[in-house]
Amino acid sequence: MSSTLSLKTEFIKGIWKENPVMASLLGLCPTLAVTNAANNGLAMGLATTFVLLSSSLMISALRNLIPHQVRIAGYIVIIATFVTVADRFLAAYFPSISASLGPYIPLIVVNCLILGRQEAFSSRNGIGRSLLDSLGMGIGFIFVLVVLGIIREILGSGSIFGFAILGDWFTPWMVMILPPGAFLTLGILIALANWYNDPSRAKERRAVS
Amino acid sequence: MTEENLSQALPEQPETPKKPVKPKKEPRAKLYKPETPLILASSPHFHTRDTVPRIMWNVIAALVPATVLALVYFQWAAVGIILTSVSSALIAEMLVNRVKGESFTIPDGSALITGLLLALTLPPSFSLDGTALGSVFAIVVGKHFFGGLGYNIFNPALLGRAFLQASFPVPMTTWTWPLTARYVEVDGVTAATPLGLFKFEGVTSELSGLITGNISGSLGETSAIAIAIGGIYLLIRKYADWRIPLSFLMSTFLVSGAFWLISPESYPSPVFQLFSGGLMLGAFFMATDMVTCPVTARGAWIFGAGAGFILVIIRLFGGLPEGVMYSILLMNAFTPLINRYTRPKFFGEVRA
Repeated sequence: MSSTLSLKTEFIKGIWKENPVMASLLGLCPTLAVTNAANNGLAMGLATTFVLLSSSLMISALRNLIPHQVRIAGYIVIIATFVTVADRFLAAYFPSISASLGPYIPLIVVNCLILGRQEAFSSRNGIGRSLLDSLGMGIGFIFVLVVLGIIREILGSGSIFGFAILGDWFTPWMVMILPPGAFLTLGILIALANWYNDPSRAKERRAVS
Repeated sequence: MTEENLSQALPEQPETPKKPVKPKKEPRAKLYKPETPLILASSPHFHTRDTVPRIMWNVIAALVPATVLALVYFQWAAVGIILTSVSSALIAEMLVNRVKGESFTIPDGSALITGLLLALTLPPSFSLDGTALGSVFAIVVGKHFFGGLGYNIFNPALLGRAFLQASFPVPMTTWTWPLTARYVEVDGVTAATPLGLFKFEGVTSELSGLITGNISGSLGETSAIAIAIGGIYLLIRKYADWRIPLSFLMSTFLVSGAFWLISPESYPSPVFQLFSGGLMLGAFFMATDMVTCPVTARGAWIFGAGAGFILVIIRLFGGLPEGVMYSILLMNAFTPLINRYTRPKFFGEVRA
């Protein structure tokens, strides 16, 4: 069953309505673990998007050649290849980012977001559509990671992307760069998004306008 | 997917003829609103004079001795922290009420208690903006994120303190001598708490200081006797379940006593354990929080015993000298489970 959405919605849906983190709660492990600074969130998001795009391209192109019974193993091999590429690339050109992300770059291979998109989308749709879908999902993922990273970095270290913005008067809340801060911030963000998307409120808005 | 299909398909459908005039906003049907709302409750239909505000104000009264001693020992530092904590708790409560569109819940006193309890667990040298942050966190996240008073799974004041402990670990463990202490030479000289002294330097403190409170420690936790007076008042008025403090203290005494008997040189005596740190304050005022402790009698015993066990383990083997906060919070998390497994039998019920 291939998708019948317009190309624009195919792209847009991943950014907000079917956002991998906010709506589907996929890929929470990197979301929670690496967003202690905006830089790390951005790097993680870009690496994941790269893997997502390239594996979508391969899998949608090969979708009729991969036997149904071994498709998961096939997808994982393809994903793992691109994860290795991303991992080695970061280690060679951005050693500091690679060091601060640690094991989470190799762990992209088990990110449900990626395998989920391949299984649910790329294996059933053409190359163009799959790339659009992956790009939307990737941008949605980067968006959440960067927002989380910015909030946590401001409160936890008093800086954005490594530049100090709050003066000496500010005592950083160390909890924000620790795991509890990740859970708290993500929980509050998802609550706000759900409140914003709440159908009953949407009805109110329509009634008013 | 279907939704998009519909929204795309819609414009192509034959449009219904436009209505000549805009439909007027229909006045909402007036619902019958009785003067006094009908309150439904399950049995037993006991009548009691206890209301939420009445209980809360009694708890506040019970906290007066500890608060007064905090003011005596730590003077202006205590005044600043207590006022900041209480006022920011009240303001946070008011703002949350406004956002949630509910009636103002300040008069029930619960926010005041949260603010006061949090202040009593802070070190006297703690910063005022940090105090306000902890207080707001306790009210907004600890209480209202879970649905408000009666729905919170964790004690809000302790959650606020845990947040501060994780955010500012150094100021939260920097202690000063009380201004009245005889050891003091310079105002506000830093000092380890008796538990810290024992843990890191192997020095025990005199029992007399632990009982009267003329020692370093958090604002309201130093004097065992002032806390016990307020706590026993609560137990007599039955606003706190006596089983919880009793089992908490007993379990601490027995577990630490067992370690002490094994090796008296390396472990402090159980009496020292009982009277030091925040145990008294925690056992009488925080573990007994009606919302977050088990409702059954057997559950209360389990709750106290578990908290005491965790406390001794943290104090003796953990990285921190004090563990009352974590022991109570952990048992708070177990409370729903304890309630479930200590459910009393129905009359005539045969358990399989």
